[in-house]
Amino acid sequence: MTARRVLYVSGVLVLCAWVLVPIYLIALGGLGGRLGVFRWPKEFLPTGASVDAMLTFLQIEGVWNAAKNSVIAAGLTMVFSVVLGAPAGYALARFAFRGQDAYRLLVLLTRAFPLAILALPLTVTFIRVGLYDTPLGVALVHTALALPFAVLVSASLFMGIPREYEEAAWVFGCSGPGAFLRIVLPLALPGLAATCIFAFVISWNEVFAASLLTVRERTLTAYLLAVLAESPPHFRYAGGLLLVVPSVVFIFAVRKYLFSLWGITNR
Amino acid sequence: MPARSPYLPYLLIAPSILFLAVFFLWPFAQTVVMAFTVDGQTSTGNFARMAADLNFWPAMGNTFALVIVVVPLQVALALTMAVMIQKMTTGRDIVLWIWTIPLGISDLAAGLAWLAILSNNGYFNTVLFHLGIISGPTGWLSYETPLTLFFAVVVAEVWRATALVFVILVAGLQLIPKEYAEAAEVFGASPWQRFRHVTLPLLKPSLQSALILRTVLAFEVFAVAYALGGRNIPILVGEAYTWMNANQNTGVAAAYAGVVLLVSLASTIVWLRVIRVRREHLP
Repeated sequence: MTARRVLYVSGVLVLCAWVLVPIYLIALGGLGGRLGVFRWPKEFLPTGASVDAMLTFLQIEGVWNAAKNSVIAAGLTMVFSVVLGAPAGYALARFAFRGQDAYRLLVLLTRAFPLAILALPLTVTFIRVGLYDTPLGVALVHTALALPFAVLVSASLFMGIPREYEEAAWVFGCSGPGAFLRIVLPLALPGLAATCIFAFVISWNEVFAASLLTVRERTLTAYLLAVLAESPPHFRYAGGLLLVVPSVVFIFAVRKYLFSLWGITNR
Repeated sequence: MPARSPYLPYLLIAPSILFLAVFFLWPFAQTVVMAFTVDGQTSTGNFARMAADLNFWPAMGNTFALVIVVVPLQVALALTMAVMIQKMTTGRDIVLWIWTIPLGISDLAAGLAWLAILSNNGYFNTVLFHLGIISGPTGWLSYETPLTLFFAVVVAEVWRATALVFVILVAGLQLIPKEYAEAAEVFGASPWQRFRHVTLPLLKPSLQSALILRTVLAFEVFAVAYALGGRNIPILVGEAYTWMNANQNTGVAAAYAGVVLLVSLASTIVWLRVIRVRREHLP
């Protein structure tokens, strides 16, 4: 092995460690319980780690409810953004229509702004219409975050499915919607599933809007942020671990699609 | 071929337009109205109150400093990683997965992970202790150590959000035909020259969208800083949160939100100008 090669391989390994070590350490913190947190100097091996610490954390009043609210909000975000976004993506991919560029601009414009901050004026409206402090309200704001993404991704997905397939189905007597349901949708399904998962992760991770829009029915991120100042360290790490685990699993599930998902941000 | 109504595309995009109008355009306008309203009357009072607030200029300074330090670091690191992964033959899939994991990690969780590392009796201090650099638990994240707290936030942000830039750049690199670099090689270009004069110019569109996305999100930084330092490191979005939740003053909170929206828009315009993408130069 040449010196260059050694440098290259060790660079790759260092960067892998750079990503993985903090995740390992928050897992140690979350599973170490109260005793682990105050130990000095720290052990780098999982000697004191046990699932008990995590179970104790889950039994704390509010944690379970917050996790449940997070799942509901993220699930709704997932459904809303695909139901609203996929048809628009199909329109962008298959039709040339007036106003297409204006629509694209509207979608891209959302990228130029930190959308979560728009939860601020919505708080006032949501109190008035009864959406405040509900997972549904949180999901609506999170959909605004995930929708532009869903539109652009599904547009590129549908563009990747040759129009000829659909035309062949028409020739054989399928109706327009029939051809879409039987030919296009099955082909687009894995990509749409990846889009769904991404929408889920966007909502699951969002802190600011969720914190403003809830007070009792908090999502997990909002709950952790609210109790951050007065909670003991092991509690914080357990919460962090609970946030990290689903994300890591989801990224694994969509890893094949990550690049086709993000590649389209170029245009 | 079934006749398709000319209205069909409009029917398909209508729901999303309606949604974006209600949850993007309208709250956007509402933020501006709220920021310029005090007790039901149009006024710039909220901005005056915001500017007079003790935390406003530190928050401005910290937020801009974070963006200026974090974004170039992330682009440099992500470019290095993207070039490294291009060359990789064995183990590419697993390395790709590992390097993109942070993409799914929330800013709050990232802040908490680095809190576990950098707290007084955390793992970082344990390493320093074993190396004989410090003699016992040492604080890095209090208001007495603003500089180390700042760099803790930088490290956590670089750790969490470099993956986004990386993914966009890798996707961009995949679009560049190999022939270009090969042609340059035939004409005797060194690896660095190939990167500088062939790859980098063709990567411009990806760099531009990565920079726009990252800069906007960096101005929105909140939970990382909050998890690491509480209000010891004031930042713009954090102040908006405090004015809204603790102080119950929607007007000043909206003024802060307005500032964040404005600087985000300005940064987008800057990137669109600085990195010009011409259609004929696209790979």
